[in-house]
Amino acid sequence: MTQLVIEAGRTERQYWRDLWRFRELFYFLAWRDLLVRYKQTFVGVGWSLIRPLLTIMVLTVVFGKLGKMPSGGVPYPLLVLCGMLPWQFFSTAMSESGNSLVTNSALISKIYFPRLVIAVSSVITSFVDFLISSAFLVVLMIWYHQAPPATVVFLPVFVVLVFGASLGVGLWISALMVQYRDFRFIVPFVVQFGLYISPVGFQSRVVPDRFRFLYSLNPMAGIIDGFRWSLLGGQSSIYWPGLAIAIVEVFVLIASGLWYFRKTEQVFADVI
Amino acid sequence: MRKPVITIENLGKRYAIGHRRNGNEGLRHSIEAAVRAPLGWLRSQRQRKLSQEDFWALKDVSLQIKQGDVVGIIGRNGAGKSTLLKLLSRITVPTEGKIRIDGRIASLLEVGTGFHQELTGRENIFLNGAILGMSRAEIIRKFDEIVEFSGIEEFLDTPVKRYSSGMFVRLAFAVAAHLEPDILIIDEVLAVGDAAFQKKCLGKMGDFAQSGRTILFVSHNAEAVRGLCQRCIWLKDGRIYKDGSADEILEDYFNDTAGDISFSFANLDYGLTIRNVVLKNTRGDQSNQFRPGEDLIVEISYDAQRPLPEPYIIVGVQGINGSCFTANMLLDGHQPQTMAGEGKLACRFKSLPLFPQSYSVKMSVRTKNGHDMIVKYQDVAYFSVVGDLADYGYKGEFLSRASGSTSVVVPYEWSLPDGTSASVSLALPCK
Repeated sequence: MTQLVIEAGRTERQYWRDLWRFRELFYFLAWRDLLVRYKQTFVGVGWSLIRPLLTIMVLTVVFGKLGKMPSGGVPYPLLVLCGMLPWQFFSTAMSESGNSLVTNSALISKIYFPRLVIAVSSVITSFVDFLISSAFLVVLMIWYHQAPPATVVFLPVFVVLVFGASLGVGLWISALMVQYRDFRFIVPFVVQFGLYISPVGFQSRVVPDRFRFLYSLNPMAGIIDGFRWSLLGGQSSIYWPGLAIAIVEVFVLIASGLWYFRKTEQVFADVI
Repeated sequence: MRKPVITIENLGKRYAIGHRRNGNEGLRHSIEAAVRAPLGWLRSQRQRKLSQEDFWALKDVSLQIKQGDVVGIIGRNGAGKSTLLKLLSRITVPTEGKIRIDGRIASLLEVGTGFHQELTGRENIFLNGAILGMSRAEIIRKFDEIVEFSGIEEFLDTPVKRYSSGMFVRLAFAVAAHLEPDILIIDEVLAVGDAAFQKKCLGKMGDFAQSGRTILFVSHNAEAVRGLCQRCIWLKDGRIYKDGSADEILEDYFNDTAGDISFSFANLDYGLTIRNVVLKNTRGDQSNQFRPGEDLIVEISYDAQRPLPEPYIIVGVQGINGSCFTANMLLDGHQPQTMAGEGKLACRFKSLPLFPQSYSVKMSVRTKNGHDMIVKYQDVAYFSVVGDLADYGYKGEFLSRASGSTSVVVPYEWSLPDGTSASVSLALPCK
């Protein structure tokens, strides 16, 4: 028979066991969010494709045509898409997980389960969107007769990295949002600026060399570069210090995010 | 000797009564504090705790619950019932003390939490099941049973938002009822749903208890507690006040609430204080027990620091099966010209057509425009109707079931095939 001891001032030893017991809930919550998102919409899942399509068109016109940024021999829309897929995943995950705990406050104040499930499953939801939008990349590559280079085998590494970055930031933001609703204003701000600060509409090569290191402090810079490098090949060469910084940052984000989330989780029900 | 499944030692939960609104907990305050004392962050945390007013929602609670016990927990609003349940269900953590639980525990603090309005009944069964801790395989196995219990087969693929509230509650309870934990914690879930369904739920809980499992049941509904529980715990001001057999404790509880009706309510925005609400019988004596057919007088003493022009007052009586009747100025239009200073106001419900059950009196006050609540509709007093129905000419073989019947009896008359007629009413027997 299972035994449970709840004691004041002690983090429950059962936590990780509970997380395992509720593992199916990750799936169910993500499933719910996806299902709900496209209920009573006419275009449905099509929105996962329309959104990136429109953004690509705008960024291509602004940076490629008007700004005359170098494309490195690749069709500009393709260049933009490779940057936008990870960016859109990251930014959606950030805003969705940020709101996740607050929108599920009814659950939190009435039922016990590891709260981590809520934050993580909202990142999973964004990841599914990312996978759907990726179909668009395949279509566009065929359209432009652009075969993926050998470096494509490294793509999963960067997918894992962007997932990690989203998760780490998601944990921080969701836990912070419970206590400080200020982040409701901060997050959209970061998302909006991030699109232009990160190399989504252009290549990070255009950044002058002396600022390159500073520029790479944004983990998404290294990750987006990685996506381009693995999908479009050598023309967009990789900036290794930037990648190293990104990897370290992702680990720090996840570890610190978990720490902060666990630390504040116990009082969620009291302050939400 | 049955073994204990829940052991609670010196349990306490402290809340800081918030000055949260003033921005003390906000981001700006935290940053400010961090900037002012970058190294003394810990110290500043402690100082802040001291400066806040503390409130112990639960203090020094120790108790043991044995396997197969069905325990009712009663107490007024704010006595700590919900806090105790929240601690047991691990929604929040204790400030001090220890709880040991043996066995799988499931708590039902609200019916239908985790349901999503946009999803269909079928989808919600899976979602809610998973949230309550069932595995996918378990849900699939019990799916038909759940659907059958809820009785909503035809609407399984309709979004829940199109359900009537009754259907919603039925489905939600059906999912929770099939959790099959060793220990079940239930909070007021029976406050909703129609009489037939409530009975079905009580039946399900009865089965549950009979199969040797443990139930903790919190309710205002004394009859439901009496029917289901052997043991009863009475919480008062965050402590265990009395603990004993359900019959005994409920009796005491009732007499206690009858003795001091200390409902009071102040709305500073409107300068209105409801000092107290007193129930009186036909003779004008203060009482909390009435016989069927007696008059019930609800007397409200108020103090309006600022004159309230033409306020609407609503007084209602609610029984175990829901609302019985109301006196509603919004409808009858008899609102007073003004309420100013200290005063009294009463409503007399004549010859109560009520069965011997427990009831609550509710009231609310609204502004002249009818929209703004000065006092929100809430319980202000409790009373019970007592009496032998045989005195009123009742002679049915199943009279003992009257305690679960609908509460209101309008005088009626049967015309029988043999040409005779029989009239029934709860008018006071002339003696």
